[in-house]
Amino acid sequence: MLWEAIKLATSSIRRNVLRSVLTLLGIVIGVAAVIAMVTIGSGASQKVQENLAKLGSNMLIARPGQSTFGPGGASDSRAFDERDVAALKSNLTGVRGVAPTAQKAVKAVFGALNYDTSITGTTSDYFAVQDWSLSDGRIFSDGEERSGTSVCVIGSTIVTELFGAADPLGERLRLGNLSCEVIGTLSSKGQTAFGTDQDSIILMPLRTYHRRIAGNTRISSLSISVLEQSDIARVQRDAEDVLRERRRIVPGEDDDFSIRDMTQIANTLASTTTLMTGLLGAVAAVSLLVGGIGIMNIMLVSVTERTREIGIRLAIGALGRQVLTQFLVESIVLALFGGVLGILVGLGLAGLASLLMGIPFSADPKVVALAFAVSALIGVVFGYFPARRAARLDPIEALRRE
Amino acid sequence: MPDVLLVSFRGITRHYGEGGGLVRALAGVDVTIRRGEFIAIMGPSGSGKSTAMNIIGCLDRPSAGQFQFSGVDVTSLSQDQRALLRRNYLGFVFQGFNLLNRTTAIENVELPLIYRGSPKRERHAKAMDALRLVGLSGREHHTPGELSGGQQQRVAIARAIVIDPLLLLADEPTGNLDTARSHEIMDLITRLNVEQGLTIVMVTHEPDMAAYAHRTIRFVDGVIVSDVTRKAA
Repeated sequence: MLWEAIKLATSSIRRNVLRSVLTLLGIVIGVAAVIAMVTIGSGASQKVQENLAKLGSNMLIARPGQSTFGPGGASDSRAFDERDVAALKSNLTGVRGVAPTAQKAVKAVFGALNYDTSITGTTSDYFAVQDWSLSDGRIFSDGEERSGTSVCVIGSTIVTELFGAADPLGERLRLGNLSCEVIGTLSSKGQTAFGTDQDSIILMPLRTYHRRIAGNTRISSLSISVLEQSDIARVQRDAEDVLRERRRIVPGEDDDFSIRDMTQIANTLASTTTLMTGLLGAVAAVSLLVGGIGIMNIMLVSVTERTREIGIRLAIGALGRQVLTQFLVESIVLALFGGVLGILVGLGLAGLASLLMGIPFSADPKVVALAFAVSALIGVVFGYFPARRAARLDPIEALRRE
Repeated sequence: MPDVLLVSFRGITRHYGEGGGLVRALAGVDVTIRRGEFIAIMGPSGSGKSTAMNIIGCLDRPSAGQFQFSGVDVTSLSQDQRALLRRNYLGFVFQGFNLLNRTTAIENVELPLIYRGSPKRERHAKAMDALRLVGLSGREHHTPGELSGGQQQRVAIARAIVIDPLLLLADEPTGNLDTARSHEIMDLITRLNVEQGLTIVMVTHEPDMAAYAHRTIRFVDGVIVSDVTRKAA
């Protein structure tokens, strides 16, 4: 009986392909929107997570001044110096490392080629703190850091821009007036979530940077990597205490520096994504509702058109619930047909978006199954009223209808 | 067998509407039908003959009176219970054939068996038998559109007899057919009565067709005015 009803339903859909497809447009759009949104959304958040991991996990960043997050900072505030770094390293517990950085834009020259980038002076802690790994060579030695030797470790963008396929190790890069030896190359991290190239980077010992590039001893930021995520708040408080003491800030006075938690920034991004998902979900829900009403409409038309057929079926012994089942199955098949089309369109859109936006394509089978189930549910909910109307027809009246 | 009571009407009335617009389609009808009878119901339009037919066919319910079908009081049955009676004991043949379009002859004939829940193989075999009985072997897979009027009515008769009904109800079965085709259909119905012992009640307004029956009941203004039985041939 059920199989007969399904066969009957598919044949009545095939009889009116255009009408069926137009009816289903609402469901197709609704389901496609949900599928595309969820798939793109999860791909994007995966990408953001990856980027944050590359940025360094469990990281606190201290900057002079009370500026908001971002490059620059307040230049009128006192910069950090090497003794601040030493004080943090000896006083903080549960940290992987404390890496001071100071940066300057330079033109890197090798042979006839040059490339505009920035140079970062730091210590060997930087590699662990910022989660950089070497693709070749080595990082600075303690001796090099102490004596301020002219050595550097370069990012993959610098390698490709200046060296191409050649091996950069042992070559000498010219940075302004300084000629420095390339001792290591970094593995690629790609772009940040904000679109800047993380691989356009040149690292050198902080002392070398201070003496040969900057001509001062300023440290513009400190990165502190905490071992356990649950420890971040405590380490942040401890670091604040250390820095306040170092900078002789009396109790009651405001900090003249700021320490920010990278996971806070991650959470902000995540909540933005959730908001977007919610908004698109609302749009999809409206579309599904419209689609359901479309199905109810077409099923009512179908019941009216086929009144006589229903009369025949009732006269030869169909029970009311058998007629109800037939029309309900028909609307479910119709809705599922729309749901499947919507899933295909949605996955297609998500695939296209992942190609264009460079995010991973992650189709979730659970979401696809859910979309399928929701389509069936729409068929039941919106098909019930027309089906009941068919089941309650009076056979004599129905047979009289032309 | 002819002495088994199949249908009994006692004081059956059927009203439509109410107040000033009240229509009395049947105004107190008493009649009995026994197994094996072949009855023609005649009368002018509006005389109540179709209403009587619908009540016998368990499609409609009387406003008052008692109607028993094969000993069962139908008056008190629900819509689904009446549907079960139709499905198991009653075959219908209509003036307009009432076949499902775009559906082959054999599928049309199988339909009542589908609602009964018969297994596919049994359904198919019974439908083939019924189509052979009405002389349509070889046309099983034609749709109504590909068959002549006479052939369509044969499919409808096959659909009515495929359930082995106790009673075949025919409402103007020849009304849409030419004379030659009409007589062919009447010959078929007569054969079903004689050879299969099928009880038949037929509404018609053509005396030629009524002449095939053994008993003629005439309605005027909702009451029976004559009930004549010829000697069985």
